[in-house]
Amino acid sequence: MRKFLSALAAATMLAGVADAATVYPLDRATILVGSPFDFKVEFDGVVKQEDVKVTINGQDAKSVLGADVEFVADEQDKDGKSLGSAVILRAAKVAKAGAYKVEVSAGDQAKTVTWDVFGTSATPKAKNVIFLLADGLSVSHRTGARLMSKGMTEGKANGRLFMDDLDHMAFIGTSATNAVATDSANTMSAYMTGHKTAINALGVYADRTPDSLDDPRVENIAEAVRRLTKKSIGVVSTAEIEDATPAAVIAHTRKRGDKADIATMFLDTKPDVILGGGSAYFLSKDVAGSKRKDDKDLIKAFKDDGYTLATDKSELASAAGTNSGKILGLFHTGNMDVTLDREFLKKGTVEKFPNQPGLKDMTKVALEQLSKNPEGFFLMVEGASVDKMSHPMDWDRSLIETIEFDQVVGMAREFAKAHPDTLIVVTGDHTHGVSIIGTIDDEKPGTEMREKVGVYADAGFPNYEDKDGDGFPDKVDVSRRLAIFANNYPDYYETFRPKMDGPFEPAIENEKKEYVANPAYKDVPGAVLREGNLPRNADTAVHAVDDVVLQAAGPGAGEFKGYMEESDVYRVLADVLALGSSENM
Amino acid sequence: MGKVLSGSRFRRRDVLAMIGLSPMITLAKPALAAPTQLSFDDLYGKISVLGLEFSDKVKSLDGRDVEMSGFMAPPLKAEAKFFVLTEIPMSICPFCSTDADWPDNIAVVYLDEAQTFVQAGVRIDVTGKLEVGSWTDPETGFLSRLRLRGATYSVA
Repeated sequence: MRKFLSALAAATMLAGVADAATVYPLDRATILVGSPFDFKVEFDGVVKQEDVKVTINGQDAKSVLGADVEFVADEQDKDGKSLGSAVILRAAKVAKAGAYKVEVSAGDQAKTVTWDVFGTSATPKAKNVIFLLADGLSVSHRTGARLMSKGMTEGKANGRLFMDDLDHMAFIGTSATNAVATDSANTMSAYMTGHKTAINALGVYADRTPDSLDDPRVENIAEAVRRLTKKSIGVVSTAEIEDATPAAVIAHTRKRGDKADIATMFLDTKPDVILGGGSAYFLSKDVAGSKRKDDKDLIKAFKDDGYTLATDKSELASAAGTNSGKILGLFHTGNMDVTLDREFLKKGTVEKFPNQPGLKDMTKVALEQLSKNPEGFFLMVEGASVDKMSHPMDWDRSLIETIEFDQVVGMAREFAKAHPDTLIVVTGDHTHGVSIIGTIDDEKPGTEMREKVGVYADAGFPNYEDKDGDGFPDKVDVSRRLAIFANNYPDYYETFRPKMDGPFEPAIENEKKEYVANPAYKDVPGAVLREGNLPRNADTAVHAVDDVVLQAAGPGAGEFKGYMEESDVYRVLADVLALGSSENM
Repeated sequence: MGKVLSGSRFRRRDVLAMIGLSPMITLAKPALAAPTQLSFDDLYGKISVLGLEFSDKVKSLDGRDVEMSGFMAPPLKAEAKFFVLTEIPMSICPFCSTDADWPDNIAVVYLDEAQTFVQAGVRIDVTGKLEVGSWTDPETGFLSRLRLRGATYSVA
């Protein structure tokens, strides 16, 4: 047995040596036929240029990729230390769909990967695609939104969410190329490019060099739509518009934190409608509130390009009436406030930015504007704060965001009724470790809050009301409310109550860069310290690795079924819009 | 810790006292005048999507000694010569997370000497000379718009 194991270990080590080179796009990559992508091979250590061999399906790489690779003698890390040789070809293209076997070698290093270069339907199945993404949307968010918004009697929901009636559905695997876990950059990047990538990366494979802007690029949907169609493009989010999800539509960077660069990248594809927060990255560094480190004035750049600027709800309404066809709406220097604060509690930063539009206001304007184009459009709408409020375990804010997002799904469905050549996709990018387990009933005896948690038959039903019929509960701090808990957390004080004074901040950082329970909640009646089960450097609850549920309706929606990788979703979008038809080659 | 720091707070005055000449003390009098209280709410006169504008109070105090009360954000290094003062304790770490951002209302505090840092969630009072305008820290590349120079602090 021991002998067998050591033989196995030796074989594994040998395989390790032989596999040392890394090829981008990675093994099993799916590539839209004709789309430009950067081809790169990273060798382990320095190799001689004359030793490098790259063949694709047995042919010289140049004949398949359209140009010759460039040899880089030695790449270096941030301290100037040698990383090894590489070959790179920017904007390579494969002109014919099919399976491609890429073989590279140099000295004793060899690596073989296969690519699936895919074509699409010859003619478009839909004119418009509306891609609706609630960041972090998990099954609990859907269930909670339904219970809060519609109520339940004798075990049956008293009403349905708009997303409950979408026709087709798939389970989506969200993992990154470098981890089973995942973030909003690599996930949305997979949706918007068809290539999975590493955590924090957008529109690139993550290479080894320290520069975050030189990584091997792949084409994103905005570029594909611009390259092949005359359709309009819209990007709408309640987050900073440079945040990972909206950025993935247009950007290329290894680091989602390169927000100043991402803001500038919006000028590359110039989406016709750009609505969200994050104006701080559009302002030159000398303006107070700017988060740029240079003198670029992107507001001016967009205006010069013919965009109508809107900075609040009223300006958005008047921008909708202009004929420029292009709207830049920035409604907050950072992330926009959530619906519960914006519409009901007036907490968060609503006092500073009192007239922010909501996701519905923004989507309405985007649909009106984009649908003026007879060629059709691609619109991405993100309900960003389902996630942003799930991280700090502020479940009430997160569920209200889900309800608002669902109402946007309703608007999209209404639009599709009048424009049946529209594919609607409704999904999350990843999930959270959250579950609803019953109710919390203030009327139950005692002072200890955990004794007020109703489980099984003791849970009964929550007593939210929606007397004004706006779909939102009239108040979230009802006496018998949903009991929602995360399965992962830093140290924090569990209060068992909605956070009426502003979004929850469960933990704060100490001088050792460890997160400790935020003492601000210590004296809330009934609060108990819950010792974290996450590493002490985790500031809030984290994303789950659980599958996302994707739903769709409209032409091509039937292609969503069973289990799919996030990157496979792009293939459906490309097929529906015929982005890989032979006519386009 | 608080004791040591409140000691350091008076160091500048002690030095002046040691010089000991009365004309000097008279000359130094403006520096000894009680610093003006400046709160985080006082910082901006106008807040808009297209930029914030420092309040008249901030503008008029440029170059003068002020005292601000807030929380020390955990620094880049355990010992550092500057730290970020925030209105509420930081629940994210912009130095660590690739997408985390500093809030709009921060002041960067420069100390005369590197110091170790007080615990999270402990309110501190900081006194220093207010400096208004954008400036990039040459050592770290950290860009700030509001600074307290030659500052000292103590646990509130």
